[in-house]
Amino acid sequence: MEGTVMSTLADIVVIAAAEAFRGDGEIFASGMGTIPMLGARTARSTFEPDLMVSDGEAFYVGNELPIGGTNKVVEGWIPFRSVFDTLWGGRRHVMMGASQIDRFGNTNIANIGSWDRPKAQLLGVRGGPGNTINHSTSFFIPKHTANVFVAKVDMVSGLGYDRAAELSEWVQRNHRLPRVVTNLAVLDFNSADHSMRLVSVHPGVSVADVQAATSFELVIDGQVGETREPTDLEQAAIDRLDPRGLRHREVS
Amino acid sequence: MSRDKRTTEDDAIASLSDGMTIGIGGWGSRRKPMSLVRALLRSPLKDLTIVSYGGPDVGLLAAAGKIRRIIYGFVSLDSIALEPHWRAARQAGTIAEPVEYDEGMLQWALYAGSLRLPFLPTRAGLGSGVVDVNPSLRTVRSPYADGEELLAVPAIRLDAAFVHLNRSDMSGNAQFLGPDIYFDDLFLSACDPGHRYLSCERVVPTESLLDEGTFHTLRINRSMVDGVIEAPNGAHFTTCEPDYGRDEAFQKAYATAAANPDDWRAFSERFLQGSEAQYQAAVAEWKAQS
Repeated sequence: MEGTVMSTLADIVVIAAAEAFRGDGEIFASGMGTIPMLGARTARSTFEPDLMVSDGEAFYVGNELPIGGTNKVVEGWIPFRSVFDTLWGGRRHVMMGASQIDRFGNTNIANIGSWDRPKAQLLGVRGGPGNTINHSTSFFIPKHTANVFVAKVDMVSGLGYDRAAELSEWVQRNHRLPRVVTNLAVLDFNSADHSMRLVSVHPGVSVADVQAATSFELVIDGQVGETREPTDLEQAAIDRLDPRGLRHREVS
Repeated sequence: MSRDKRTTEDDAIASLSDGMTIGIGGWGSRRKPMSLVRALLRSPLKDLTIVSYGGPDVGLLAAAGKIRRIIYGFVSLDSIALEPHWRAARQAGTIAEPVEYDEGMLQWALYAGSLRLPFLPTRAGLGSGVVDVNPSLRTVRSPYADGEELLAVPAIRLDAAFVHLNRSDMSGNAQFLGPDIYFDDLFLSACDPGHRYLSCERVVPTESLLDEGTFHTLRINRSMVDGVIEAPNGAHFTTCEPDYGRDEAFQKAYATAAANPDDWRAFSERFLQGSEAQYQAAVAEWKAQS
C-alpha cells in the first residue's frame, strides 16, 4: 500500500526531479546540487536502472552511493574532458539550477543586471550554452518566486525554445528542456509554442500560488494535477541515498 | 641526460613582461599553480590577459589589479560558489575586457591554439548570451551537405603558461596523480616555447616516475615545458589530490577576508607580502592557532 510513510515536501521534490530522467536509458544523469543529484540517483535505484551517475568529481559510480558517501564502486572515469565529449555527443541529461528563467526556458546563472557592469556577478555561463544546445537540460529551482521566473533573463546562459528555433534543424532536434522542478510545482514546455506549462502543483499549493510567483503567464491546459508522492519503494531509496536528510536544507 | 630546467617562481615571473597573455591551469579551486600566482602578485607586472577556468587565481589577480583582459568560462571556489574578489571586480567594472565563454568553448579555443589552427567549430555558445556579449565571434558554415552554421571559436595562443602537477622530473616529464588532469596539457600546448612553467609537489628522478602511478598519468612531457619549479604545498589552498585536499578552513578565511577591505588588507599583509616560504610558514602558524 502506498502512502503509509509520510513524505515531506523534499521527498516529493526529489521524486519530481527523478521523474525528469524517466525513459533516458543508458546515459549520464548529471545533477548539480543535492536534490538534482538525489533525483538522478533515486531514478537509477528505482525505475531507471540503466542510468549512469557520477560522484560529482571524476568517476561513474556503480553502487548505490548516498549523498556525501565515499564508499564507492567506480565503474568508469569521467574527467571534465570526457564530460564535454559525452555532452557534445548527446549522451547526457543534466539537471541544473537557474537564478532566472523565462517563459521559453532561457536561463541565467551568469550575472544579474547588465553584463558590462553587473549588479551581482554570479557564476558565469559555465557549461549552460553547451548543455542546452547538445542534450536534455532540466532545472531545479528551490525557491519559486517572481524574481526567478522573469519576463526576460539578464544574460542567456542556457538556451530557451525561442532562441533554439532560430538555429539549425539539428539544434531544434537536439535541444530539449524536459522539466522544471521547484518548491511549488512541476513545469514543462509541452505547449503549442513551447512556452512554460504548469504540469502539477505540490500538495498544499494552488495554481494561483504558482502563477502569483511567476512574472509571466503560465500555460494551463485542463486540470492541473497534484505532484505525486514517492512510492514506499522510492521513499526507501531516498532515505538510503540521503540518510542525513540534506535534501531538507534545499527545500522546506 | 635531459636538461635540468629547475628554476624558482620569482625567476619565472621575472622573465615575463607587461601585457602578456598568461594561461593558468587547474579548475576552479582545484590544483591551481598558486605559488606562481603568488609570485605574480608580488611582481610589478600589469595589463595582463589571463586565460583560466577561474578560481582563487583569478580572484587574487583581479583584486591586485593585474588583469586587463580575461578569457574564462566561470570563476568559482567550488565549495564556495562565488569568488568574492571576482564579484567585486566585475561589479565595480574594473576588468577592462572580460571575455566570457562556455566551458567547452574555452577548451576548444586552447585546443585550436595547441594545434595551430585558426579556430575550431562547435555548437556550444550559439544562440546564447556568449555571442551577445562577444560580438567579434564569427560563425562558419559546414562545407558538406548539411550546410549547418557553427560557431568558430578563435584559437588562443599563450605567451606564458602556469600549471601545477603532482610529480615531475627536472626536465618537465610530469605526472598527475589525482582524478583529473583538467586542461593542463592544453594550456602548455597552446603556449609558445619560452615561458611554459610547471610547478610540482616533488621533483623525482625520471626512473621514479612510475613508482606512484601508471604510464597513463604521464600526460605532460618535457617538450611542453621550459621551467620546472619544486613547490611543495604549492597549490595551497586549492586541491592537489592525492597529496592533499582543499584547505577548506583557509579558503573560508580567504573568502571572509575578501568581503571586507580592512580584513583583506590584514590578510594580505599576513600572507601575501613575503616569499613563498614565508607564505607557507604563515599558513602553518595560522593553522596552529586555529
